[in-house]
Amino acid sequence: MLAFILRRLMQSVAVLLAVGLVSFSLFRYVGDPINAMVGQDTPAVEREALRVKLGLNDPAPIQFVRFIANAAHGQFGLSYRTAEPVSRMILERLPATLELSFCAALFALLVGIPMGVYTGLYPRHWTSRLLQAVSLIGVSLPTFLIGILLILFFSVILRWLPSFGRGETVTIGWWTTNFLRWKGLEALILPSITLGLFQLTLLMRLVRSEMLEVMRTDYIKFARARGLTNRAINFGHALKNTLVPVITVTGLQLGSLIAFAIVTETVFAWPGVGQLFIQSVQFSDIPVMAAYLMLIGLFFVIINLVVDLLYFVVDPRLRGQMGRRAGAH
Amino acid sequence: MAASGKSALNKAPLLEVKNLRVEFPTRRGTLLAVDDVSFEIAAGEVLGVVGESGAGKSLTGNAIIGLLEPPGRVAGGEIRLEGRRIDNLPYEEMRKVRGAQIGAIFQDPLTSLNPLYSVGRQLIETIQTHLPLSAGQARQRAIDLLKEVGIPGAEQRIDHYPHQFSGGMRQRVVIALALCAGPKLIVADEPTTALDVSIQAQVIALLKRLCREHGTAVMLVTHDMGVIAETADRVAVMYAGRVAEIGPVRDVIKQARHPYTEGLMGSIPSLGHRSERLAQIDGAMPRLTEIPRGCAFNPRCGHRGQRCLVERPDLMPAGSSRAACWLHDPRGVGAAAVGELADA
Ligand SMILES: Nc1ncnc2c1ncn2[C@@H]1O[C@H](COP(=O)(O)OP(=O)(O)OP(=O)(O)O)[C@@H](O)[C@H]1O
Ligand code: SF4
Ligand SMILES: [Mg+2]
Repeated sequence: MLAFILRRLMQSVAVLLAVGLVSFSLFRYVGDPINAMVGQDTPAVEREALRVKLGLNDPAPIQFVRFIANAAHGQFGLSYRTAEPVSRMILERLPATLELSFCAALFALLVGIPMGVYTGLYPRHWTSRLLQAVSLIGVSLPTFLIGILLILFFSVILRWLPSFGRGETVTIGWWTTNFLRWKGLEALILPSITLGLFQLTLLMRLVRSEMLEVMRTDYIKFARARGLTNRAINFGHALKNTLVPVITVTGLQLGSLIAFAIVTETVFAWPGVGQLFIQSVQFSDIPVMAAYLMLIGLFFVIINLVVDLLYFVVDPRLRGQMGRRAGAH
Repeated sequence: MAASGKSALNKAPLLEVKNLRVEFPTRRGTLLAVDDVSFEIAAGEVLGVVGESGAGKSLTGNAIIGLLEPPGRVAGGEIRLEGRRIDNLPYEEMRKVRGAQIGAIFQDPLTSLNPLYSVGRQLIETIQTHLPLSAGQARQRAIDLLKEVGIPGAEQRIDHYPHQFSGGMRQRVVIALALCAGPKLIVADEPTTALDVSIQAQVIALLKRLCREHGTAVMLVTHDMGVIAETADRVAVMYAGRVAEIGPVRDVIKQARHPYTEGLMGSIPSLGHRSERLAQIDGAMPRLTEIPRGCAFNPRCGHRGQRCLVERPDLMPAGSSRAACWLHDPRGVGAAAVGELADA
């Protein structure tokens, strides 16, 4: 078990280094950082001096090591656009993105899984067919369109919910949260639905097909033959057996929720890191882009680790393989 | 365990299957997969059921435990357990019968257990579903059962997961699960087919011993005539969805009354010899859509007469058994049938 975790940690570090290399290349080779920092008419001598000062003349491997070391300390230099420290800009906006992604994931899980269970248990019922059909729309409509439609309906026509921004927030330390004010919670609703809808339909369809498959297995038939209650069979025996794929997909999707928050944040003028990223792309603000890339990489790696550990919790067969064998055959 | 007192009920068989019909509605009409099957099982009795693949053995078993897979359904007849009709019970009522009064064992011990729960959890859950026991009492009962089915170190093994047991041990756990709420009848559908030949005999012997000790009746579906000969009290031979012959196992083996049974027994050297597969009889059992008029066995039968081609025989007394064959009717099979034997 410990060996397994260590191995996974090593792999995670390798992945982060690879992402770091991409970020670094972006940093170093896309455009000239000096151009971005100084004015058009800065003399060449001054440029060269700055170049030396920033270490841009050192061999690439040394620069890379320096870049990684700085990144590990959360230092990505100054933004070309605002001249603020990149790490501060990201930290300021991270809570908005994390809270949005969290709510979207919660929405997808809490609605998607029950819908999947229901449609899997009663595949022939008309509500199941309806949900299936609706979910197809959910999968095929692009996120921005869903967002715009939601705004049109709930903000413009019904005037129930705000159409942009975070509403009211409360600051605790460096973290600004939406959760402590009604207006903040209200503001979360439409963006969370927009961001989570795709994952919801994905989860629902996944749970449904897994459920259909599990219900056909011998151990479910045997559980029925033992007279267990429907509840014990459906939720105790069947649902738990769908969990491994559900955890995998949820983990992957959580990563992409954070990554794809970009579109939703743009539609709803949500002041998160995704929006920051879009702005940096427009301004070729390379340090911010590089930092964003590293951050997303970090999230993916962490989530993958957690997913791997959850497998152990759910599936005793893995525990047997990876850990000590709990008994002879 | 044995039912006590109440003379009238005592005389009634434990299980009574009467004119059972199971059909499958399909696009091309309705398939009659079990056609007018009747038999009885007395308390504590072992009824062996044999027949070629597709004869309707599993469907009959599933109909008894009320778990026919849709679109299959009981289309006629009735099933009674201790005189109480159970084939038309609402799902929830039948659920309480399953496990508590009728247990079931299926073919594959590797896949019959939920891989994510310890065997103890599965046992305790089943026990507590049917019996008013506390968690501690249920656990004790589970340990006792595991000991009874011969699992060494039951106190520790109870917390192990299915994948930590070998195939034979898993089938023992399955037997413990089927017995854990004290059913009066067990429907065992080829309980050892998936097992290694070397442990099949042990598992069958165990099943037989346990059921005798608990007074549990068994409907034992198998392809293995050797198992039937050793284990069963009576045997029912099925062919094309019907019972061809039914009678005390020794009589049927010594003198089969139905030509089909005769063919099946043809290759059994002596009583007690194991792992004799069903003998090959020329031709194949007809598909459900192509069951011939008259006796379903007539294309493969060496005794058939004119009557066999038009009139379907029902079970009739034949020695100490009952057979569905005109040979045992006073009027006989009629004039010799014209034409060659089909698919000879
Ligand atoms: N879902 C279904 N739809 C249509 N026909 C079916 C279905 N299930 C079973 N049958 C038919 O019912 C007949 C009896 O099946 P059953 O499973 O009872 O056979 P069996 O005697 O148990 O055979 P085996 O020895 O192979 O287990 C078979 O001919 C099969 O084709
Ligand atoms: S009824 Fe006729 S065809 Fe059928 S088994 Fe008897 S003799 Fe053969
Ligand atoms: Mg079968």
